[in-house]
Parts: sequence; structure tokens; C-alpha cells
Amino acid sequence: MAYEAVIGLECHIQLATRTKMFCGCPAEFGAAPNSNVCPTCLGLPGALPRTNRAAVDAALRLGLAVGCELRPVSEFARKNYFYPDMPKNYQITQYDRPLCEGGALPVALEGGARRFGLIRIHVEEDTGKSFHPERHGDRPVSRVDFNRAGVPLLELVSRPDFRAPAECAAFLTALRRLVRWLGISDADMEKGHLRCDANVSLRPLGQEAFGTKTEIKNLNSIKGVEKGLHAEIARQRALLESGGRIEQSTLLYDADHDRLAVMRSKEYAHDYRYFPDPDLPLLVVEETWIEDARGALPELPWAREARFATQYGLPGYDAAVLTETRELADYYEDLARGLDGKLASNWVMTEVLRAVKEESLTLAAWSAKVPAGRLRGLLAKVAARELPGPLAKQVFAWMRDEDGTVDELLERHGVRAQGSVAELEPLVVAVIEAHPGPVAQYLAGKTATLGFLVGQVMKRSGGQAVPQVVRELLEAELARRSGS
Amino acid sequence: MSAPEAWRLSATALAARVRGGELAVDDAVEAGWRGPAGTWEAEVRAVVHADPAARAAARPREGPLAGVPVLVKDNICTTDYPTTCASRILAGYRPPYDATVVSRLRAAGAVVVGKGNMDEFAMGSSTEYSCYGPTRNPYDLDRVPGGSSGGPAAAVAYGLCPLALGSDTGGSVRQPAAFCGVLGLKPTYGRFSRYGLVAFGSSLDQVGIFARHTGDLAAAYAALAGPDPLDATTRPGEAPDVSGWRAGVTGLSFGWPANLWREGVDPEVVGGLEEAAARLERSGATRVTFDFLPGEYSVAAYYLVATAEASSNLARFDGVRYGFRHADSADLRALYTRTRSEGFGPEVQRRILLGTYALSAGYYDAYYLTAQRARTRIREEYRAAFARCDFLMMPAAPSLPFRLGEKIEDPLAMYLSDIFTIGANLAGIPGLSVPVGLSRAGLPLAVQMLGPEDGEPVLLRAAAVLEAGGEVARLEGEDTPEFAWPTKR
Repeated sequence: MAYEAVIGLECHIQLATRTKMFCGCPAEFGAAPNSNVCPTCLGLPGALPRTNRAAVDAALRLGLAVGCELRPVSEFARKNYFYPDMPKNYQITQYDRPLCEGGALPVALEGGARRFGLIRIHVEEDTGKSFHPERHGDRPVSRVDFNRAGVPLLELVSRPDFRAPAECAAFLTALRRLVRWLGISDADMEKGHLRCDANVSLRPLGQEAFGTKTEIKNLNSIKGVEKGLHAEIARQRALLESGGRIEQSTLLYDADHDRLAVMRSKEYAHDYRYFPDPDLPLLVVEETWIEDARGALPELPWAREARFATQYGLPGYDAAVLTETRELADYYEDLARGLDGKLASNWVMTEVLRAVKEESLTLAAWSAKVPAGRLRGLLAKVAARELPGPLAKQVFAWMRDEDGTVDELLERHGVRAQGSVAELEPLVVAVIEAHPGPVAQYLAGKTATLGFLVGQVMKRSGGQAVPQVVRELLEAELARRSGS
Repeated sequence: MSAPEAWRLSATALAARVRGGELAVDDAVEAGWRGPAGTWEAEVRAVVHADPAARAAARPREGPLAGVPVLVKDNICTTDYPTTCASRILAGYRPPYDATVVSRLRAAGAVVVGKGNMDEFAMGSSTEYSCYGPTRNPYDLDRVPGGSSGGPAAAVAYGLCPLALGSDTGGSVRQPAAFCGVLGLKPTYGRFSRYGLVAFGSSLDQVGIFARHTGDLAAAYAALAGPDPLDATTRPGEAPDVSGWRAGVTGLSFGWPANLWREGVDPEVVGGLEEAAARLERSGATRVTFDFLPGEYSVAAYYLVATAEASSNLARFDGVRYGFRHADSADLRALYTRTRSEGFGPEVQRRILLGTYALSAGYYDAYYLTAQRARTRIREEYRAAFARCDFLMMPAAPSLPFRLGEKIEDPLAMYLSDIFTIGANLAGIPGLSVPVGLSRAGLPLAVQMLGPEDGEPVLLRAAAVLEAGGEVARLEGEDTPEFAWPTKR
């Protein structure tokens, strides 16, 4: 029998706010263990929570971006269960009156874009982190770091609209781009800024009713989500095909061994005894707050991607790459002003991204070094055919290390850019014709002789030419001759 | 008055002398310890943590409460004393921060002179459920001081200090105040910060004040009330001005829901009520008689809401981070169960179980939600009552102070002793117990007055009239009538 997988995702997004959800402690990552703590996030007797408006604001922005309905009055609730990394033994979260409901995230898939529906997005606090077991003399010990306790999280629950693991991976990629775009999270899955649990069930193709679902936890990367889901779908299919029954349970995915282990079965399901948190008043989000959040919303990535394609005449691939981050899209748009869009796109996608990667820079650091306006000066000359491609690339290389406009760089390096190709080309032809021997050797495969020819052209240019440009012009001319 | 007699002074008179340099701070702070504590404390046992060095550390000479000694209930966080909620599970726990009410007291010049005994985690009405043993009533050492704030109430009554802080979740300030013959105020919910008050029932808990004189109550209220950014449930805006507490009651009306004490209330308690009402009428107030049933289900609603919240609030006491931890725990589950089974006393365990049950899947709607609906109705009934009068009069407790051990085996009887006090907590309104004399057997008689939200000024005006027998002009400085001190029996 053919089966169809039905998958729903539950994502946790750690917000990049300055302070924690319910106290003033820094929410930063990487401080010494238990240094970013206070009576409130340690759950000391008598301490009380107070709501961080910046976290609510982040939730509003995400909710608005994906078209959620925003609840003007939502409610914090306590989720009660015992665990050592949870200081109060309850988590402050939202339950039956979440801040955001509905909405959908547009996701680019191979067959075109699709919108995956959402059930809700709500605000909650993170737990601390356990480290165990460690040894203390001859006893195993567990340690807990509460720096993360109380850091704000958004929980986003999707509709069970996914039918394949690849769709889930694409969804997470789109979600990661969006929350980074909105500046609300670093969304690094490996660092736990973005966490994802998946609910999976199988049903015979054509059947309406859902099968019994399992929940998979510990999916620590987008690849891991895809692999873990494949493993679980295969497990469920094998079980069903051998006449077995799926048991409702929670499974842990072990990415290193591509294995699933049962964490708890249904009989041990928690009763979280949710109830409204009496320490926090209802969360009232006034219309003006929503309007401010809406006003502060940037053009959204998918809208900008579509606009790039039409406004700059870019292929879909280019538009997608250029809108990977807001900084890159901004850089591109700044660069493309007054230029051919595709020319600017080519330069960003090849030269700029390569340079950024080579130097391990953030785009912000790159922009400080080579602002878009500076690069635009170079591309304008390329577009006006004032600089040959190779020379332009040389100038770009200088730009990475030196200050100055294109003209200043050319002058500093003793290159007269004006008509340089037109001036060099006769020299190249003359050198080739003056040295038939080395040319024949080169054409016979002894490419080392190219250096000699380059030297000859340099000599005739009075040392004004750029070796790289000369080399490429020679190669082009020689190739033309060997081909003819 | 000589320094050794300073313990008899009101807080405001004491502070005035400290500010004026007539009384050394040390003599003010130590007055109760050098005086009546010697006679009383060994038997009453109102104090669970005392520390002469901590008392000596602060020497304030300024502020409305300069040099005034204050006993603080053991569930309110103090950096200079342990805060254990009279529970084994918090044995030795010393908070790294002061509760907001404590820092405000200190800012006003007061000095914390120790921590007061209580029922464990404020769960009880007799101060018998304490890991330190019971506190006794100074008016009769065989009787309970009421609870759960029995220690602070008894200490103010016998003269250790003119002011004390308690907490009131269902009457835990007003009932012991009534049993010990002192004033006990539970403010409007949200008027005093709960930051640093170890939570029992968060939506019901309020810090309250014990005092012997209305003027002291007003001074302490002014020092403590007001919004706190650390407690999101504090009321926004300025607290009501209580400085007009000597304005008298002319033109005020009080509700007289006599149907409430037609049965089940000690006749002497009713007699005290009648006498207080007559005194108020003689001073110009009007009695408005009507039947009032503040939610027939208030006891049930209260014990569901309070225990549900408590079951969650007390989850943090697990032996992992602070307080008592059972030494012999092979795994996490054993650590939790053994620590909590041995760390919590029987009444606390009973309430955690009750509350856990009330919140459980399948029972939540029937219990917790129904209780919340009842609570909304109770609030509306009080609101309707205050449309007909400025404040309500009723007993603080249905009985006079009972004997130690009398109700400890019967939790339900103990719960029913809260019947007149829990309404104010469910409705979030202020309540004040005022002593009105002694019974034939020499036990304190008291009345309770309830006001609408932010009705504290009216309650204090009525209390002043009762304190002064109508002559409120006397309630200042040296003219203040001497408190009716207990004699040792």
C-alpha cells in the first residue's frame, strides 16, 4: 500500500533581545555559567516576573510578517512540570489565548512557491541548560547553567501541511531567513537559536483521516530535520507494512547514528496543568503598538525577491540569492542604482560574495570596507566599456585592500585606464607577431612561455599595463589564433 | 518617658523622638527586646529569627519611621535574616535580596528586629503548623494567636515592637490581629508590592500591617503603598492618601449584614460588633442594614483558587537549588519526592495535593474555572454592597481565640474559621481588624471592616473613631490613649 506522510512542525525561536523575557538580566550567549542571573530568572522565593516589551514587539513583527491575527488581549499561562533546569518548575508561556494565530509562511519549493499555514505564534521563556553526567570524584553529577533561563522564545506551530521532509527543510530555511530579516533572532540551529520538533504520521494515500502521530525531538539542524523525518517515515512505513501499529510517543533523533530512540510513550505523557499566571496581568497590545510595529516592518524577503526579479530583470535564482539577507539585498540595491541590474547582480553574486567568504567577513564589515557607492563607481566604468573585465577585477582586488576611488587606484598603480584595452591590443598583436617561436611553443602546449610574452607586452607599454590584463588579452588573442 | 519605657510608645511618637535626638536609635530599636520580650518571648515564641548584630547594623535617624522596630513575617525576604516560611524545606535559606516592602520600610527609617512565626507557607489559621513550634496568644497562653501571621500579631500585642508586617491570603493578618487585640490591615490587592513575599496564592496574597494605633497604621501604609516596577500586579497610580485618618466618620455609612452572624458566631463576638456599631453611630455614621451573601460558595472557591496557585508556586521547592535537600536520593525522582515529602509539613502537602488535583486535566473546568467564575460573582456582590454604603462591618472570625490543638486534627473546621475574611481576598478589597475590648474571659474582641478598592482612608477613619471612643482629636502625640496591654496568665 502507498502511504502519505503528514508532518507538522513546532519551532522555537530564541529572540535576540538585550534582556530576558521577565527580568532585566542580559540575554546574551556565552557568559560564564550562572553569571546572567537574578532572583527572578533563578526562581528564588518571592521573586516575580515582569514582561519584556521588546520580546512582545518581536512577536508582533513576526506575526504581522506572516499575516497572523493578533490578539489585542492575550494571556500568560504556567506550564507545570518538574525539571532541574527549570527554576520555578513551571514555564511561563501562552496557552489558550496566544498573541498570534493563523497566518502562513511563503516558501520557495522546486515546483514553485507555496504558503504553509500556521496555527499560532506565542511568547514564552526558555529553560536553563543541563550538563550531565559529569564526574565528581567517584559520583556522577549534573550541573545546571541558568544563563539561558528566562531568555525569550517564540513558539511557532505550523499546520500539519507538510507531506515531505524536503518541504520542512525549505520551510525552516524560509523561517530562518525571515526572522533574521526582521532582526529578531540569529536563528542559528546549531547554537539552538532555532529549534524544531516535528509531528509525523502516515496514512494510506487517499485517506482523509490522520494516522497515529509521533513527535520527534532533538532535530538540531535543517539537514537533521530532513534526515530525522526520513528515518521516522521509514520506521513507521515498515511497521505499518508488517502489520504493526504506530504507538503515540515522543522520539529522540540521534543524528550521528541516524537513529531514533523512544523518549516517552503516551502513558507517561505529562499533564502540564496549564492555568493563567496570576503574577502577570493580561498582555494588552494596543492598536497604536500594532501600528508602530507594522510601520517598522521592512519590505518582506519574498516581496523583495519578487520585486528584484521584475524591477532589475533578474533570474529567479539571482533574486533569491540577493535576498538571502536584508543586508545583502540593501547592498545590492544601493549598488544597482543607475546600473544594469544583471551586471550588478553578477558582481555581487560572484566577486563580492567570494571576497566576503574568503575574508570571513560579515556583510556589514564588507560594506564598511567597500561601500556599495564605491563599487558602483567601478561598475559604472565597466558598463561604459571604459575598463576591460580583467582590469576591473584587478581594481576590485585593490579596492579590497586600499582606499580610494577607481581613478585614484588606477593612478596609484600607474595604470591609465582610459582606452587601455584599445591601447594594449595593438601591443599584444605586435608581440605575438614579433615572437613566432614562443607563440608556437605556447600553442603546442608549453604554456610557460606565456610569461615571456607578457613581459614583452609590459616592456612595450612602458610598464603601464596591468600584468593580469595583459595575460588575459594574450590568452584571448592566442586562443583566437589557435582556433582559426 | 524614660528610655526603658520607650516600648510603650506608638511608632510615630518613637520616630519623632529619634529624629529629635531625645531617644537614641539603639534605645528605640532595643526597647521591646530589653523590656517586654524578657517577660513574654520565652513562652509566646513570636520570633523565629533574631540577631542583635543585624539590629545594630542599621542606625537610621531620619524618616517617618526613624528607629522604629518592626517584626517581619518569616515569608517576607530579608537579606539580614533567614527567610524560611517556617518550613523545613527552606531551612537556613537567606535571600540575596530584600522584599520591596522591606526596602521601603528601611527607607522610611524602620529597623527589622527579627522574623515572625507563622503557619508553614502561610497555610493555617493558628500558627500551629510551624516547623519552629506554635506561637501562643499573649492574652491566654493556652490559646492560639490566630494565623497564619500569629508571630507578628502576638509580638505587637505584647510590646516587642509597635509595628509588624504579615501577609494575608485569606485572613492571615486580620484574624490573628483580632485574636491578639491589635489592628490588622490587609490593603487593596496590588497596593503593596508582593515582590519578595514568598507566594502562596498569588492572586490573593497581600502584605499587611499590624499596629496598636491607627496613626501608626497610617504612617506605615504611607511608607509602603504604591506601584512597584518589580511587581506587575501592583496598581498603577498613586496610593490613596490616608493622612486624613483623624477626620472622623460623620456622614459615612456602614453596611450591617446581620444575616451573616445570625448563627454560627460566638455571641460575645456579636456583642463586640454591636458595641462598635453603636460607637460609630454616636460619632455620626449611619448604619445601613441589609442581607448580604458574599457568594455562598466563597470558602469552596477560595480553597480551590488558593491551593491551585499554591501547588504551582511551591513547585520550586525541590531541593535542587536552595533550602533543604534529602541527603539520600539515588535519582532525580527520589530527590524530588523525598525532599518534598520530608521538607513540607502535612498541611502544606494537603494543599499542594488539593491544588494539583484542581488543575488536572479533566478537572480544571469543574474546579478551577468554576471557582474563578464564582470569584467574579463575589467581586460583583461586594461592588453592589459598596454602592449602598461606604464600608461593611462584620466579624473577623466567628469565634474567640481557640485553644492550642483544638482544631489541628480537623482541617475543615480550621478552613471555616476563615469564612469572614476570605471574601476580601477573593474580591481584592481592603479589610481591617480593629480591637474593641475584651470578652468576659479577658480575650480580645474585634470587628472587621471591609472597604471598596482603595477604600483604606475610610477604614482608617473608622478605626480611629473606635480606638479613641469617638474622640479622634486625642489620637496624637502624648494624648494617644494607652494600648490595653495583656496581663500574663
